[in-house]
This record gives sequence, structure tokens and C-alpha cells, in this order.
Amino acid sequence: MRAIEIRDLSFAYEGSERLALDGVNLDVERGEFVVIAGPSGCGKSTLIKAINGLIPSFYGGSYKGEVRIEGHNPAKEQPHELFKVVGTVFQEPDTQLLTFSVERELAFPLENSGVSRTEMKELVEDALNRFGLSPLRHRSPSELSGGEQQRVAIAAALISKPSVLLLDEPTSSLDPRAAVEVLSVVHELNRSGMTVVISEHRLSLLLPFAHKLVVMNQGRIVDQGPPSEVILRMANRELVEVPDAVAAYLGLKELGIRFDRVPMDAHQFLDEVRPSTALMR
Amino acid sequence: MIRLSIIEFNEVRYRYPLSDYEVLKGVTFKIKRGDKVALIGTNGSGKTTILKHMNGLLKPHSGNVLIDGVDTRRAKVSDLARKVGMVFQNPNQQLFAQTCWEEVTFAMRNFSFPEEEISKRAEGVLKSFGLWDYRNESPFLLSAGEKKRLGLASVLVYEPKILVMDEPTSGQDVAQKKKIGELIQGFKGDAVIVSTHDLDFVARYFDRVMIVENGRLVADGQAREIFYNGSLEKFGLLEPQVVTISKGLGIGGNPLTVEDLVKEFKEGQRT
Repeated sequence: MRAIEIRDLSFAYEGSERLALDGVNLDVERGEFVVIAGPSGCGKSTLIKAINGLIPSFYGGSYKGEVRIEGHNPAKEQPHELFKVVGTVFQEPDTQLLTFSVERELAFPLENSGVSRTEMKELVEDALNRFGLSPLRHRSPSELSGGEQQRVAIAAALISKPSVLLLDEPTSSLDPRAAVEVLSVVHELNRSGMTVVISEHRLSLLLPFAHKLVVMNQGRIVDQGPPSEVILRMANRELVEVPDAVAAYLGLKELGIRFDRVPMDAHQFLDEVRPSTALMR
Repeated sequence: MIRLSIIEFNEVRYRYPLSDYEVLKGVTFKIKRGDKVALIGTNGSGKTTILKHMNGLLKPHSGNVLIDGVDTRRAKVSDLARKVGMVFQNPNQQLFAQTCWEEVTFAMRNFSFPEEEISKRAEGVLKSFGLWDYRNESPFLLSAGEKKRLGLASVLVYEPKILVMDEPTSGQDVAQKKKIGELIQGFKGDAVIVSTHDLDFVARYFDRVMIVENGRLVADGQAREIFYNGSLEKFGLLEPQVVTISKGLGIGGNPLTVEDLVKEFKEGQRT
């Protein structure tokens, strides 16, 4: 069974004639790391809401097609039933952090799901340890740094031990250091088997460890596949941010420099080029 | 006499009310007419606090800030607002009107622009930012990226002499980022000052870079110099990919863009 299957999904928000999703087909294998990119308003966030069931449960509109997440159908089940299979992290940490301490924040999703008190305590302890949040347990989420807030949000999203993690532009309000810190947590989770679907503008930090890059525009998926192939097809199209390492690769290739693979960041670039330019110096 | 510096900070110190912590610990610099300045530094370093001193929103506890020669503690708020356009990082702090149209026309009405001029400019700016279709809708129904553009549009529309923007590119896509960059390059007023984490953006569109760290100005110079002299590493900032690649390959000329990097590489091959 796949982690996520989306078939011919179309959706328009209530009162809007525009299709926010227009015939979307997407398969995500278990353990895959999938990056969704595309211009603002392309449908990235809507797609994430359609996977975790906020669409159609909370956002009304016209819904066609089918979504399966770990065998569940979000159109027929309530989000709280899906919370055991999928966790979601949103763009602004302050819109999803609700309580006055980190540990309450982690317990909050469980309080609404009928988990026993003993089990709740265990799960919260476990999450505090796993995400290195124990020193922050009594702090108020509102006084944490952006990077810490997003780590709390990830821990809260995963408190019920789902196997799929969705993230909607989780680093866009963070500084680059904090973004790296949050993304490395996500990368680590993926390496231990978690299926990850993440929407982002800043591709340069993500492509080195993504398995699949999906590009959306105007509600449609316009390209998907291995990042090193898709990103080359995206050069000069202004739909997604092409990392400078990739642009430099294209420039140097034209000068006759040989590469064995397309570098996804500066370090991969140097690994590729250094041996062949040794002659140059 | 033409004054050379349009903005002057002299030993500016600042504490937020009810706090003992000094956010700015004696900041001094001058910004000349024609400067395009990027303030960089980690979160919490004091970048936003510096920007908020430029339109008099905050006043220094000691030291002073001169805007076009006038001390912000003595200037009228309305005069400062006319001169210094401020685009906030979080558009929710800036937007307030019932409709997008009202939002972009508000400042012009306050500054008593003629009605005809107001309509003409508002239409132009809404169209160029892709917001014309939303003119009768509430700003708060827009997406995060669109709100940000509306915040920028409602400032640009009255053509302030000094443009101050806090994190203008965060959450923006490639096309919008490019548009904001071109707008900064083509800005005809006196100076543009932004705070940003996006060093690739800085490399492409700014000639002067200041690093703010723990309430102090710790580096000030050309991007070409600052990005290659070890300052970024020293102050915990992530190096742009072009810089890492050029250093790694031993390419000269301190290129800041991919185009420059390829050009320098080519020249290196020839020699």
C-alpha cells in the first residue's frame, strides 16, 4: 500500500469559480520525501489540506476525485480520525500554538482524542525527549524562537505517532539557521521511515535530501519526478527557485566542464567539480 | 546646501518599555542619497528595531536619529510618514482597511492628493502587483503572499523618498521576489533600506550590507567585500551558494551572482 494516493482531484473553494486544484494525480510511497513547489496561489497549501482532510471537512466547496492516505479516505472520515495517520505543521508557528507551556501544547491534541492519562504522559515525555524539548517543557510557546516554535509544532503534529508528516512552508518565517535546524529534524524523521510531504519556496535547503519534486501551477501538477531531473526542466521557467548551485552547473557545463550528476547544493557542486578543475590552478 | 546623508544614527540606544534589556547598544551609521542598504543578521539581533527608528515609530533612549537632517524626536509624525514609507514584515500589523482599494488609497488621502491622482495611482499599483481583481475584497481574505504585496503597494503608491522594508521577500515566490528586486533597483527616491535573511537576494540587488549582531552594527561595507571576508561565518549567517562555490574553486573577483561566477571561471580557464 502507498502512503498517499490522489486520483483526479479537483476542488474549488466555496464561492469561488476558480479550481484551486485541477485534476491532480499524485502517488507518495511510504518513506518518501516529497517536496511540493510552485508560485504563490498555485495550490500547494490546498493540496496539503486535501491530504489531511481539512478539505472537505472544514473548507466547503466542490470536491471531485479521490484521496487515500494510509488507506483512509479524508472525504469520508473526520480529521480527528485521521490524526492517527497524518500530522500537519503550518506556515506560521503562532497560528497553531495554543497553550501556555510546551508540554501542554504536546498534550493538547491527545486531550481531544480519548487517550488515557497514563498513555498521554508517556507520549508527551517521549516527544519531549525525541525532539530535544525537555529543557523547554515549562516555557510558553509564545516566548520561544521561531525555530523552537516550529520544533514544538512538529512534535505536537507527531504526538499520536502518525506515519505521514505534512508541512506547509514551515520555514518561511524563520531565519536561515533556524530553517536548517527545523529541516534537519524533518530529514532525520524521514531517515527513520516517516513519509514527508513539504511545500516550500526555498528549495536550496531541501533538494539535497528530497526523493521527489512536484511542481504545481494554477491548481495543476505541471511536473514531478527526481529533483535532479525536474529542476533542470524548471530552469528559466520562473515557477520555482532554481538553486544557484544548479544554475552554476548549467553555466559551467556549457564551458565544457563535466559532471557525473546534477549537484543539488554548493557542497555537491564542489565534490563534482574540484577534481576536474585541479588542472586549472 | 545639499545634505549628503539622508539618514543618520548617532550612538542610538533603545530598550523596549518595561524591559531592562537593551535591544540597541549604541548604533551609529550614515546613509547617503542613492544608497541601497541591506541589514542582515540573525533573528533578534535588532534589525527591525533599527528600521522602526527610521520613521519615528520608536525614538532612541539616548543618541539620536536624523532623517533628512531632522531629529525624529522633534519631527511631526505625519512629515516623517510622508518622507519614509515603511513596509512591515508581518502585513497583519500594517493592513487595516475594509477593502484593498481603501488600503492603497488611505495614505494618499491623508496627504491630500487630488482625487483623480489617487484613483490613477491606486489602479496602477494594484494592477502591477496582481491585486486588481481583489480591489473590493477585504485585505484579510488574501493569502499571506498577497497581503505582503498589498502592504508594499500601499506604501509605494504615494512615492515616499525613503523606502524601508522589513523582510520583503519572506514567503514570496520567484516571480514576486524578482519584481521586488527590480523595484528596489529602479527606486527613484533617496534611499532603500531593507532587513532580510535572503542573502542571494542581497547579492543581486544591494550595494551596501550592514551586519547587525546583538544590538550592534558589526560590519558595514560592499556586499562583495562582506560576503568574502569571513564576516558571514563569524556572525552565524549562512553563506550564499555562489560564495561557497567560488571560494571552493578558488575563483577570483568575488562574484555575487551565478552569471558573474561563470564569467570569472571562464577568465580563469583562459589564463
